[in-house]
Amino acid sequence: MLSHLRPAIVMLALFTALTGLAYPLAMTGLIQIAMPRQANGSVVERSNVAIGSALIGQSFVSDRYFHGRPSATSTPDPKDDTKTIDLPYNAANSSGSNLGPLSKKLIDRVNGDVAEFRKAGVALIPADAVTASASGLDPHISPATAALQVQRVAAARGVTAQQVGAILERQIERPMLGIFGEPRVNVLQLNLALDAALPKVTG
Amino acid sequence: MTLVGWLQIAAVLVAVLVAARPLGFYMARVVQGERTFLSPYLTRVERVFYNASGINPEKEQSWLAYTLAMLVFNGVGFLSLYALMRLQAFLPLNPQKFGGVAPDLAYNTAVSFVTNTNWQAYSGETTMSHLVQIAGLTVHNFLSAATGIALAIAMTRAFARSSVTTLGNFWVDMNRTTLYVLLPLSVLLALAFALSGVPQTLSASVDATTLEGIKQTISLGPVASQEAIKQLGTNGGGFFNANAAHPFENPNAWSNILSIWSMLLVSTALTFTFGRMVGDIRQGTVLLIAMWSLLIAAVGIAYWAETSGNPLLVQAGVNAAGGNMEGKEVRFGQAMTALYVAVTTGLSCGAVNAMHNSLTPLGGVVPLFLIQLGEILPGGTGSGLYGMLVMAIITVFIAGLMVGRTPEYLGKKIEAREMKLAMLAVLVLPLVILSFTAVSAVLPTALESLANSGPRGLTELLYAYSSAAGNNGSAFAGLNVNTPWFNTTLGITMMLGRFAYVIPVMAIAGSLAAKKKVPASPGTFPTRSPLFVSLLVGVILILGGLQYFPALALGPIVEHLLMNAGKTF
Repeated sequence: MLSHLRPAIVMLALFTALTGLAYPLAMTGLIQIAMPRQANGSVVERSNVAIGSALIGQSFVSDRYFHGRPSATSTPDPKDDTKTIDLPYNAANSSGSNLGPLSKKLIDRVNGDVAEFRKAGVALIPADAVTASASGLDPHISPATAALQVQRVAAARGVTAQQVGAILERQIERPMLGIFGEPRVNVLQLNLALDAALPKVTG
Repeated sequence: MTLVGWLQIAAVLVAVLVAARPLGFYMARVVQGERTFLSPYLTRVERVFYNASGINPEKEQSWLAYTLAMLVFNGVGFLSLYALMRLQAFLPLNPQKFGGVAPDLAYNTAVSFVTNTNWQAYSGETTMSHLVQIAGLTVHNFLSAATGIALAIAMTRAFARSSVTTLGNFWVDMNRTTLYVLLPLSVLLALAFALSGVPQTLSASVDATTLEGIKQTISLGPVASQEAIKQLGTNGGGFFNANAAHPFENPNAWSNILSIWSMLLVSTALTFTFGRMVGDIRQGTVLLIAMWSLLIAAVGIAYWAETSGNPLLVQAGVNAAGGNMEGKEVRFGQAMTALYVAVTTGLSCGAVNAMHNSLTPLGGVVPLFLIQLGEILPGGTGSGLYGMLVMAIITVFIAGLMVGRTPEYLGKKIEAREMKLAMLAVLVLPLVILSFTAVSAVLPTALESLANSGPRGLTELLYAYSSAAGNNGSAFAGLNVNTPWFNTTLGITMMLGRFAYVIPVMAIAGSLAAKKKVPASPGTFPTRSPLFVSLLVGVILILGGLQYFPALALGPIVEHLLMNAGKTF
């Protein structure tokens, strides 16, 4: 037993140096030099201000913007840190809802969101529009969910639905080689394209 | 289910096979001490490691010495990792200024990473300093995977050799596996992950101002390097709380494919290593076919259940065509999510790209039952192979009973001693899983932790202990497991699941190695035939079914019936 102690300790120390320090630090250096954009979180800037990450969803509530999927992320309650309060698209604490399919909470939440869509005159709602993503940070929605919002966005911006629809069409990402992945729309990119094409009239 | 969905699944599986065969043969060369294309660079490093730690690489060990070396190594690893987490507040590379990790959580996490489980009762981005993530957790991602492979190689030698008392040298096997296999592959994978968008930085976060003018703090870190070995070593512990569902761990379809491919690679390759080392590649292929046929069936069930969706949401007005999307990400789609769910639990990986607690009842049975079958389809790096060999031994024994002959496997007679040890190993898992689940189901402090009530609540408990015992690490998350009760009992479960299983297995290896290899006779049950594959599959399913069907009936199966009846909780 004791004869194994020295190899155990020395091996652990050497492997910590090799796989725990040399490997991650060398990879950090290499990737920072070779792929600085990815290495630092694919940050998107507008007029030199970071407005988010191309890979991470963010919360949109204004009618002028397309909205992402429901998000179940939260943050510790500042008044009582054993509790949490809802904070959608909290990119410092990823999380899904973890509600099972028979959960009353889930059904109530979906019913509430469905009612909102019904008010806007939508009959059949795409699944991703009313379900919370696994990470709470899903940057995408399906093209069908985006299409449902064209009328609202167009009305809020005072332009025609065709104009908004045309911008949406250009933002739909297709599967690689027609097979791998899903057709999807990155909500942040879409909203950026919208702002670029339809600048807000001052006043 | 769609044709394109199945095409994606098939493409990934073929890509695994194409790479696994040469990798398996390469690994056989590595563990047999032969020269490889990396030898010119690594021989010197290897020698430094042996000299510094006082190991004579030529000296082989008995099964007992091999096992003891492994236990001492893991014990030292556990203690140092525990200390690192407790002391992180006083150590460098802690940009978020996290305090020390609480004792019960640090115990649970240290056991978890040393046993290749990577059960996480914490959320990575809000608990662990960068130093703990790289110099603690990443290191054990390598070492626990290498430990598993070393044990599987020792077991393989027991079949390959005749009348010997030694099974190789643990230090050499572990060392060479890490240096020649895991580290070079991780470097390549980390680069590929980074290329697809996975960050690799020492800063903790970046602040952004969203289009609507709200501040968004986006957590970052050295993710790519950890992602690579987490998948390759079937560890599965996420850098972020949402694991491989987080867009920074798994940004797109390409990284998702890479993620599945890399977690299946080594365990699949090991069946070829096994075949090469015992001198009959087909013996390994037979095991692989049994593993993969059950795995593919499981993918099919998960894919079908999830695309069938949740009738309660359809009633509420949701289009049924999208399937069940709660807890899933748009970019992966149902097919590649189902594949991920089955692969991560057929292996003992435990990385997730969807929240398993939001799967449909039957979709959720898939990962749960795959774990309960013993993590052998194809199982963790190494642990899958030795687990499958235990099943093969049981299968030839049962076949022997049917025809009344002494069973043999690969020329080794399987006798009472081996069977007793095999049953001892196999029975450890249901004993801990079912006992702890039963106790938790009546213990008020445990029940306070449940996220869902009704049958799903029981499934949360059953899944937690199954995942811990199978050293998987995935969870029906939402169950609040960061409590002294769960941290302690799940820690014990992980330890028993790894070591109480592997000690009898190594004893079998010792006993088989000592036996003479007898040539096949007309009475020998052929173990390279389709008949053997179907018997093996049958034995796995019957053993698993007998052990867990009653518990599954009370959890997900009754939940499925209630869902169709429209009941909510």
